[in-house]
Amino acid sequence: MSAFNAIGEERDIDRDEFTPAIEPQATWCPGCGDFGVLKALKQAMPEVGRTPEETLLVTGIGCSGKLSSYFKSYGFHSIHGRALPVARAAKLANPGLEVIAAGGDGDGYGIGGNHFMHTARENHDMTYIVFDNEIFGLTKGQTSPTSPKGHKSKTQPHGSAKSPIRPLSLGLTSGATYVARTAAVNPNQAKEILAEAMEHDGFAHVDFLTQCPTWNKDAKQYVPYIDVQDSDDYDFDIHDRREAAEMMYEAEDALYEGTVLTGRFYVDDERPSYQQEKQQSGDMPEEPLAERYFDEDYEWERSYDLLERHK
Amino acid sequence: MTDDELIWRIAGGSGDGIDSTSQNFAKALMRSGLNVFTHRHYPSRIRGGHTYVEIRASDKPVKSRGDNYNFLLALGDSFARNPQEEAYYGNEEIKPLSENLDELREGGVIVYDAGLLDTDEIENFDERVEENDWHVYDLDLRGLAKEHGREVMRNTAGVGATAALLDMDLQYIEELMEDAMSGDVLEANLQILEEAYESVKNDYDHTHDLRAPTGDHDEEQVLVSGSHGISYGALDEGCRFIAGYPMTPWTDVFTIMTQHLPDMGGISEQVEDEIAAASLAIGASHAGAKAMSGSSGGGFALMSEPLGLAEMTETPIVLVESMRAGGSTGMPTKPEQGDLEHVLYTSQGDSNRVVFAPGDPAECYEQTRKAFEIAYNYQIPSIVLYDQKLSGGHQTIPEAVFDEEPNPDLGSIVTEQDLEEAAHEAGRFKRYMYDAEGDREGVSPRSLPGQKGGNYLASGNEHNEVGHISEDPTNRVLQMERRMAKLDSIREELDETTDHQPVYGPEDADYGILSFGSTKGVVEEAVDILNEEGHSVKAMNVSDIMPFAKADVTEFLEGVDEALVVEMNATAQFRRHIQGQLGRFGEKLYSLLKYDGNPFEPSEVVSGFQTHLEGNADVSDYNVRIESATGD
Ligand SMILES: Cc1ncc(C[n+]2csc(CCOP(=O)(O)OP(=O)(O)O)c2C)c(N)n1
Ligand code: SF4
Repeated sequence: MSAFNAIGEERDIDRDEFTPAIEPQATWCPGCGDFGVLKALKQAMPEVGRTPEETLLVTGIGCSGKLSSYFKSYGFHSIHGRALPVARAAKLANPGLEVIAAGGDGDGYGIGGNHFMHTARENHDMTYIVFDNEIFGLTKGQTSPTSPKGHKSKTQPHGSAKSPIRPLSLGLTSGATYVARTAAVNPNQAKEILAEAMEHDGFAHVDFLTQCPTWNKDAKQYVPYIDVQDSDDYDFDIHDRREAAEMMYEAEDALYEGTVLTGRFYVDDERPSYQQEKQQSGDMPEEPLAERYFDEDYEWERSYDLLERHK
Repeated sequence: MTDDELIWRIAGGSGDGIDSTSQNFAKALMRSGLNVFTHRHYPSRIRGGHTYVEIRASDKPVKSRGDNYNFLLALGDSFARNPQEEAYYGNEEIKPLSENLDELREGGVIVYDAGLLDTDEIENFDERVEENDWHVYDLDLRGLAKEHGREVMRNTAGVGATAALLDMDLQYIEELMEDAMSGDVLEANLQILEEAYESVKNDYDHTHDLRAPTGDHDEEQVLVSGSHGISYGALDEGCRFIAGYPMTPWTDVFTIMTQHLPDMGGISEQVEDEIAAASLAIGASHAGAKAMSGSSGGGFALMSEPLGLAEMTETPIVLVESMRAGGSTGMPTKPEQGDLEHVLYTSQGDSNRVVFAPGDPAECYEQTRKAFEIAYNYQIPSIVLYDQKLSGGHQTIPEAVFDEEPNPDLGSIVTEQDLEEAAHEAGRFKRYMYDAEGDREGVSPRSLPGQKGGNYLASGNEHNEVGHISEDPTNRVLQMERRMAKLDSIREELDETTDHQPVYGPEDADYGILSFGSTKGVVEEAVDILNEEGHSVKAMNVSDIMPFAKADVTEFLEGVDEALVVEMNATAQFRRHIQGQLGRFGEKLYSLLKYDGNPFEPSEVVSGFQTHLEGNADVSDYNVRIESATGD
């Protein structure tokens, strides 16, 4: 008998199952875009057909990191910037889990930038949601890696001299096999994209635009938005890296000029996930590592059998 | 200093195959029935630079590198004379003869490669030879190797000459070569070995008395390093996940584990940095695997924050810290015990961790197993602290040390059946219960992602029983106290189940020597010498660093007039730890410190002790420092 019966359980799933029975006191500000991520995620879950107990949500630190408090599944609220390394090892140890990682733009593109690059490169089968509000929320409004050039804050009183990071392009060049951008102000698209990202076999990077009415004065910063898939003005092959890259470039520039382009930017269904690659080369067992500890018949190899070379 | 032992030193240029040659020779000595201890001295560069390996062999137990040595095989450095490589690496001349003479014992034997080295270039060579009664044999090792094979095979010629001079049987060496090579390479090597052997037998008068000792093990021995001990201990505890980033000397454990894990159904991950490495170990353990990571000094510094995360979320992990001389990147290939306080106190807040410091490869095995058992039973990070010396130094230990059953128990995990009845709040499992019933105080039940009825939130922020972030003062105190209680429970368990702090020497001795980690063997040999000289000395090597073995060390110190604390660092970190943990005995403790990058030799401990006895607390030798007692 499996030690993880919740994994693969087939039944109808209701979005309310992902709401804690007593909701912890919400620390998000009224009007915060983070509510939109939470809602979209809860709505996407029934479509993906994953139960709360086979889902592991790993978050970083920031307003965004609180997502795991308000979403009832197995959760891991880790440290600033480190959600991805925790998440990807959990996935390797038990590939049956639906693993989602989430954090802010400071968390994911700043302090955790190196992990982002490498997790994408390895193409772990997981979904990574970056709450992109162009600001450090929790620490009260400092400039973030996605803040526009010239952005003034207490830590950059004369205006930031740095150009913002290009999150979509960074995801693509690092090796993410699904890259999309959505916005809290666009709930239907957000739900669909999150569901797709979870169903994607590989590293799915979702740059999720979340308004921060408290520190980014213009709370309506992502309205109006354009869905690149719905608009006739944007015609590109989503499976073609070059075309995708160009489209991303345009979207990243446009954002700071007031045109919010959202949608799917790149999808590669061909490339095997890291776990598949590792299993194929014999670098990782087929069955979940975590199961083995419950299997009383499993023959554990002993170091004693390795001693020949030392004699 | 007796000569019923062989201390064979092979010296030459780094990257010239000295390592593999010496490994084989050490094994041959072991197979002939001797106890063996190896010591590797190498500079922090990939090619070039003077390097040597010392192999000490005796029919008696050998616990340290010993004092000085009695047989030198001096090879020339081939690459430094190759014009192409010279252009690339520089032309620093390696002097395997002159650089090693200071430590050669009286009556010692020298074999040198006359094809590459010239004794005329060495100042006063003949006078020194005469003065010290050294016996010198010149042999064109390079020429011999070239004639029958390739130049690099001159190591083999050197081993052949050694065997002839020491009256050794070639059988073991040949067998080992047959295991390691085949075809033409094997043929050439065998031929070079025999030619060298014969030519020394026939062409030279043997003027020296030194012979290879003979021994007879009564049980099967294996030649292993501390890193093997740690790796094999981890494997036998069911560790099947490792994540790491290379850093000398931690890389030893990382590579040994990686060599075996995939074939044993495990996973090894080389990742982007040490923060990631420790975080991956946490993620894998959280999801239900036995996991480890580790590093050395600077890399371990990066793990400070994940270490705290593991403690706060109560995720079991084992971290290995292999110390090298610091600070910063310090001396990558030299041992020191300077990271003790770093390992004890790194990470913010009142964080808890368990620290074991094994003293030899057998202890590395046993204590790594213990570290895993404690980590998983108590849901706390444990650290195995050792150093560069123990990491790569090989020692013969009984094979039986490893003949232990595997223990893949994840410890303190609930099953799905348990979860049906377990306490829940608002649909979430009370994973961080204050008043959990069980035989281990402070330990609450743990569920794994994917288990039915077990969902909760693991958080590095202070949290309530189901894991929600909480700043409620009552909750804070209850959770803090529960986590803190673990160390006391662990101490109790260790006191009942293990004997990590055995006393060496006569129980009723007047003087004590305290050490931790890899200085164990040197101290034990020094104790033997001191007692033979008529002193009354006993020693204790402390392995239970945190929670500290208070009862054992107190009893030890109460029984002695004074104690010398021997450690390889400049600031007496271990002595401070003892004083801090026990809150007394300051006036009894004085220090012997060494921090020049080389491990202690027994004679240094002996003279440190004597210097103090004679009331002379000044520096006895510029390489070691004696520090007098301080009152509390
Ligand atoms: C190592 C470390 N450095 C700094 C902090 C303080 N800190 C907490 S959240 C945060 C930034 C949050 O910004 P972002 O990631 O964009 O998330 P948001 O709050 O906007 O959702 C910082 C700097 C920390 N917790 N840990
Ligand atoms: S500070 Fe900004 S990001 Fe944080 S909760 Fe408030 S609105 Fe949201």
